[in-house]
Amino acid sequence: MKYFKNFIKPYLIWSFLIIVIPIAMIFLYAFTTSGNNLLTISFTFDNFRRIAESVYVAVFFKSIKLGLLTVVACLFLGYTFAFIISRFKESVQDVLILIVTIPMWINLLLRTYAWMSILSYNGIMNSLLMKIGLPPIFDIYTDYAVIIGLICNFLPFMIIPIHTSLSKMDKSLIEASYDLGATPIQTFFKVILKLSMPGVINGSIMVFLLSISTFVIPKLLGGGQYVLIGNLIENQFISVGDWNFGSAISLILAVIILIAVRLTKKFDRNEV
Amino acid sequence: MGCLIELKNVTKTFDDQQILKGIDLKIHENEFLTLLGPSGCGKTTTLRIIGGFEEPDSGEILFNGIEISKLPPYKREINTVFQKYALFPHLDVFGNVAFGLNIKKMEKSVIEQKVSKILELVGLSGFEKRDVMSLSGGQQQRVAIARALVNEPKVLLLDEPLGALDAKLRKDMQTELKKIQKEVGITFIYVTHDQEEALTMSDTVVVMNDGEIQQVGSAIDIYNEPENRFVASFIGDSNIIPGHMIKDCLVEWDGYEFDCVDKGFKENEEAEIVLRPEDIDIVAPEDAKINGTVKSVVFKGVHYEIIVETPDRDYMIHTTDFHQVGLFVGLTIEPEDIHVMYTMEWM
Repeated sequence: MKYFKNFIKPYLIWSFLIIVIPIAMIFLYAFTTSGNNLLTISFTFDNFRRIAESVYVAVFFKSIKLGLLTVVACLFLGYTFAFIISRFKESVQDVLILIVTIPMWINLLLRTYAWMSILSYNGIMNSLLMKIGLPPIFDIYTDYAVIIGLICNFLPFMIIPIHTSLSKMDKSLIEASYDLGATPIQTFFKVILKLSMPGVINGSIMVFLLSISTFVIPKLLGGGQYVLIGNLIENQFISVGDWNFGSAISLILAVIILIAVRLTKKFDRNEV
Repeated sequence: MGCLIELKNVTKTFDDQQILKGIDLKIHENEFLTLLGPSGCGKTTTLRIIGGFEEPDSGEILFNGIEISKLPPYKREINTVFQKYALFPHLDVFGNVAFGLNIKKMEKSVIEQKVSKILELVGLSGFEKRDVMSLSGGQQQRVAIARALVNEPKVLLLDEPLGALDAKLRKDMQTELKKIQKEVGITFIYVTHDQEEALTMSDTVVVMNDGEIQQVGSAIDIYNEPENRFVASFIGDSNIIPGHMIKDCLVEWDGYEFDCVDKGFKENEEAEIVLRPEDIDIVAPEDAKINGTVKSVVFKGVHYEIIVETPDRDYMIHTTDFHQVGLFVGLTIEPEDIHVMYTMEWM
């Protein structure tokens, strides 16, 4: 066993290079003024003070609200999907899970472009509606277009962990519940849902994390004026060129995600 | 004892394979009944049909005279102890045992009282707050029994509940299960492939093979008066010898004639004779009809297993006396130890 421990060393070095050092750099940038070189570093909290400005606070709240909305929607849709899939026999389940994951093989950007053409005013959805004599209701650069984009892109990340915990579940537990007098509905809430909580928690964290930090989807489906945290960071690094402010926002985002993860884990422990 | 459950010509097929080929069985109140048979004989399927987890293809299941084969498990007054216990990992011992009572929306104080009483019965007082996954196999077993019994079912189904325990613990649990059954005074239907377990605990043993019931009887009947070759060879060791019933109480094999106690055969009807290895006595050659040479001796702990070779066949004998290999000996059998069965057509 000891011999094998040596095999981990390259990975440690690798993760140090690509994870630890970049995070340290972000820390450094976030707490310094712009225009530093290695010899003259001047520390500051200005970057964080700027985030407290109402424009940016509003962006944070909008992002969190949208993230939570996506999580809730993905949770209902994803749980239903995962539950239905887990009812089939194993070979069928494999195919269904494959179908769920196929969109993930295609680049996020392409998928989002596809949603643009589906949801746009002259797109497929509206022409279908008009064919059956209804007024066109879809358009891009709207809140719901962004939310539809977020849900459809991140739904697999909810389905897969929930499906895993449902299909791993010992079927005799469900029989035991029936045996003890619980109806199928009682069994679902008292046994199945409780036992699939790890999947629900993991899926929710994943979807929240992805949707709060995305910038492609709001940019394409929400239009240029639609700014979420991800877009804010992207702008600072790409167009404005203020890496220090961008780093500070990234850190705050990381803290928000950490808090969210902790809260869900704590909620999980209390519940179960 | 009244008849509590009755199965009438129950059949079940899985994937074109007929698992149950018409089971007829009466289960009485307060009875410890064991379904015994090799794996794949349909004993677990029979249990699952009684529990409501499988629906029979045809036939009837009467519970107190009422047909229940379409009733879902949660509407039956039957509880089950599952093979791998199936304890809820997200609940502690109390939560598991109280599950059924909570479903019935009983008062909290009543639930607490019932749970602590039943935990005392299974010897787990004070374990209420323990995590079920931290318990040993034997303790999980007891929680599973408590969880089922606390609902005061009319019938408790047990699906090879001792299979995962070690030999010593299994023996203890056998005694304990029998004790619990007497204390609560309800019907236990027990599934096992372990013949010793079945003989130790049961009032009634149902021997099954190949989707059919082979014999129903008390442990002593099943062991001493096996109805056919399958029962004789499955329960304990035996010498099974083809022969003839010359007339009532006189049987012949290999040219020897022996007095026996079996009646009701036709004259000179072909039959099979079952001789239990412990019923054959080794004596001096001149005192016996059958003579032979000791071929092998194996020490089995309590007894020796001795194979005696005769011109016609080998006999297996269990005895606590040692006999040298190569010794010329005689074999005697008491009339009541000779068990004659009808020859089975399919053998």
